[in-house]
Amino acid sequence: MDSAMTTNTLKLPEKATKKRDWIETVFHLLFLGCAMVGVLSVATIAWFVFHEGLPAFQQAGISEIIFGREWLPPALFGIAPMIVASLISTLGAVIIGVPIAILTAVFLAELAPKWLANLVRPAVELLAGIPSVVYGFFGLVIIVPMIEVLFHIPAGNTILAGIIVLAIMILPTVITISETSLRALPSTYKEAALALGASHIYSIFRVLIPAARSGIYTGISLGVARAIGETMAIIMVMGNAPAMPGSLLEPARTLTANIAMEMSYATGIHASALYSTGIVLLVFIVLLNASLLYLNHKRSH
Amino acid sequence: MNKLTINNLDLFYGENHALKDISLNIPNRKVTALIGPSGCGKSTLLRTLNRMNDLVENVKITGDVHFDGEDIYQQSDVKALRKRVGMVFQKANPFPMSIFENVAFGLKAQGVKSTEEIKAVVEESLRSAALWDEVKDRLDSDAFGLSGGQQQRLCIARAIAMEPEVILMDEPTSALDPIATHKIEELMDELRKKFTIVIVTHSMNQAKRIADKTAFFWMGELVEHGETDQIFNNPIDTRTQGYVSGEFG
Amino acid sequence: MLNRTQQDKVLLGAIWASASITILFLLWVMWHILSNGLSHVSWEFITGAYTRIGEASGIWAMIVSTVYMVGLSLSIAAPIGIMTAIYLTEYAKPGSKIVKVIRFCTESLAGIPSIVYGLFGMTFFVTTLGLGFSILAGSLTLSMLILPVIIRTTEEALMAVPISYREGGYALGATKIYTIWRLILPSAMPGIITSIILSIGRVIGESAPVFLTAGMVTQIPESVLESGRTLTVHLYKLTQELFTQSEWDQAYATATILIVLVLALNLATKIITNRYNKVSH
Ligand SMILES: Nc1ncnc2c1ncn2[C@@H]1O[C@H](COP(=O)(O)OP(=O)(O)OP(=O)(O)O)[C@@H](O)[C@H]1O
Ligand SMILES: [Mg+2]
Repeated sequence: MDSAMTTNTLKLPEKATKKRDWIETVFHLLFLGCAMVGVLSVATIAWFVFHEGLPAFQQAGISEIIFGREWLPPALFGIAPMIVASLISTLGAVIIGVPIAILTAVFLAELAPKWLANLVRPAVELLAGIPSVVYGFFGLVIIVPMIEVLFHIPAGNTILAGIIVLAIMILPTVITISETSLRALPSTYKEAALALGASHIYSIFRVLIPAARSGIYTGISLGVARAIGETMAIIMVMGNAPAMPGSLLEPARTLTANIAMEMSYATGIHASALYSTGIVLLVFIVLLNASLLYLNHKRSH
Repeated sequence: MNKLTINNLDLFYGENHALKDISLNIPNRKVTALIGPSGCGKSTLLRTLNRMNDLVENVKITGDVHFDGEDIYQQSDVKALRKRVGMVFQKANPFPMSIFENVAFGLKAQGVKSTEEIKAVVEESLRSAALWDEVKDRLDSDAFGLSGGQQQRLCIARAIAMEPEVILMDEPTSALDPIATHKIEELMDELRKKFTIVIVTHSMNQAKRIADKTAFFWMGELVEHGETDQIFNNPIDTRTQGYVSGEFG
Repeated sequence: MLNRTQQDKVLLGAIWASASITILFLLWVMWHILSNGLSHVSWEFITGAYTRIGEASGIWAMIVSTVYMVGLSLSIAAPIGIMTAIYLTEYAKPGSKIVKVIRFCTESLAGIPSIVYGLFGMTFFVTTLGLGFSILAGSLTLSMLILPVIIRTTEEALMAVPISYREGGYALGATKIYTIWRLILPSAMPGIITSIILSIGRVIGESAPVFLTAGMVTQIPESVLESGRTLTVHLYKLTQELFTQSEWDQAYATATILIVLVLALNLATKIITNRYNKVSH
């Protein structure tokens, strides 16, 4: 036998090795167990939301809830006005906010002098972290009175106020993600376009933005998710009347606001109807993610 | 006496047949060099000797490797094996901690608690790796502050601290300048007195300078092996001839 | 029709206009709140008690509730999230079914609007588990909400740890758990801390799921089983009754505190990332 082996003072006794393997297994199981918490959470939430929301759908009927225009709990549970309010406010925020955000991203990634970009970028990141109640407060004290003055109406708590606040709120999300994906493009894209004699602006719009499309879609879908899921800022500026709005200058209540405003005192079928509101909201989120998948899938073909 | 005996070893990465029917003896306390063109399986063979290939997905290994007569693939305690078979990588991979902690890492991982013992082993290992004089005053500073050659010697010290019997080295000097390379080659001359060394190298001069035995690989096959002199001066196979004369590879 | 050069000019103008609008709005929001709020932030305001009738308007109780909420949510979510990330990067076979299921569920959690968490938390933690409106119910709810953030960011940090560390550790015969604990986790620490700061920001910023589960009581909670009002919920309640000048001042001052907190968290992240980048080069 070799002497190096026999003098090996560090060799572990058999028992210690066994113990070690045992510890390894315990930790492996612990980590796996933790990983299951997320799975379990989703399952519990899904089960609860559907279990609690179904009675309302059963009692009042799916079409009465989704297409019903009257929300008079505990008699009528029509949430069509809230669906419309959520969709209109989100759509409006996207129409205003997304072009501005994408162009700002282009500015930061392509046009801004370095010092300016280095100043603006952290500011934008900061704004992504500001609580929604702060935006709501800003909307309440600035946007709402401004609408009153501009349109000569008694109360500025309107869908329009909601749209403007949401548009401001989605800016940081869409800007940050779009800029990241624009910057991630290989410089050869731009060089190739410029080498063909295209102007800088032309190559931005014809080459860079299309090439960064999937990142931009992701940014937009996160922005949409933020807008449609936003609760407090909306409650603070949109007036919350549960009636079908006739124009952008009328108050309205979104799906999220409906839940937040009534959940603390709702019982029985009323509470169940709020869960159905939550189900409808989740359906919109699922549709949003499905369309993102579809868009990015279509692109890869 | 042979420290390691490899018998009819085949290795597949998924469909890729990376080692084909390898049989090779690695003599005790000698330096064995593995040479051959890129992708011929040198690193793969080296990594079967301490079962590092176990970390790769979809590896299939048949045949056996005996270490002091014991089949390492039949034995379940991989950690004990890796303690006895140390490894030095192509690119020095010091850990993000102090020089001292780097060398002490393996000991602490084995549960050695005594500070005295750890200190002694760290000094001893750094001395054996010819690094002690250069770092003795800054044991607590970050290992990334060392030069490339020093980092590689630190990694050697880290391996030595486990008191292994075999040290596997995968192109340990390929990222180093000639002076640092020379230092490590000198060090290996010392190390061969205590350890069995298996080294992968792309430099034929290095193999000539340091290796007692040389094995030449070609597309997953072991073409020829024997005394280093014989491989370089009287190769039998024409492929070996071509490679050592620098015609290809 | 415009010719190419004219088109370019229009587009360039649109880009500059958009960037200016963004910057203006961002500056406006910050400036409006800070300029109206900073002068009303005082030591008494921060450390004082609060009564609804108006003789005391301090926010100490809300600060304490917010701190409890942050501390408790993170002590629940951070270990679970970090260990999940360890499982995903170090143990699970990449691309295996279980990884796909866990990923899908984590992404779903991230996609659920926070009001739905409030709905769920109120029914499950407050009512079914009988925790009542309490810091504990609120923290449990928020910990589900921040779990995906922690998992994803920690995973990225772990994946950024060079393979050579793992190889080096295993080649020394170290066990997997020792290598993870002593080598991989310390290397990933800056990323993990960043993920924790991000989640602190989330907890501070949430409001709807908070008042639905932790209530709105304006007293310092004596235990986690009592209700408490966080800063954001406080700001919301204040904005519902803006009549006297003092109420306006309180609202602006509270909003200022929130902005300053977010600013501090952002700075902390920047400092950690910068230091880390310096070390790794
Ligand atoms: N982890 C892996 N997974 C799949 N295939 C691998 C893996 N590692 C190596 N291979 C393949 O196995 C073959 C041998 O690779 P190996 O790294 O052993 O070659 P080598 O002789 O060390 O080459 P070099 O001199 O370039 O380091 C190659 O075809 C390589 O592509
Ligand atoms: Mg190799």
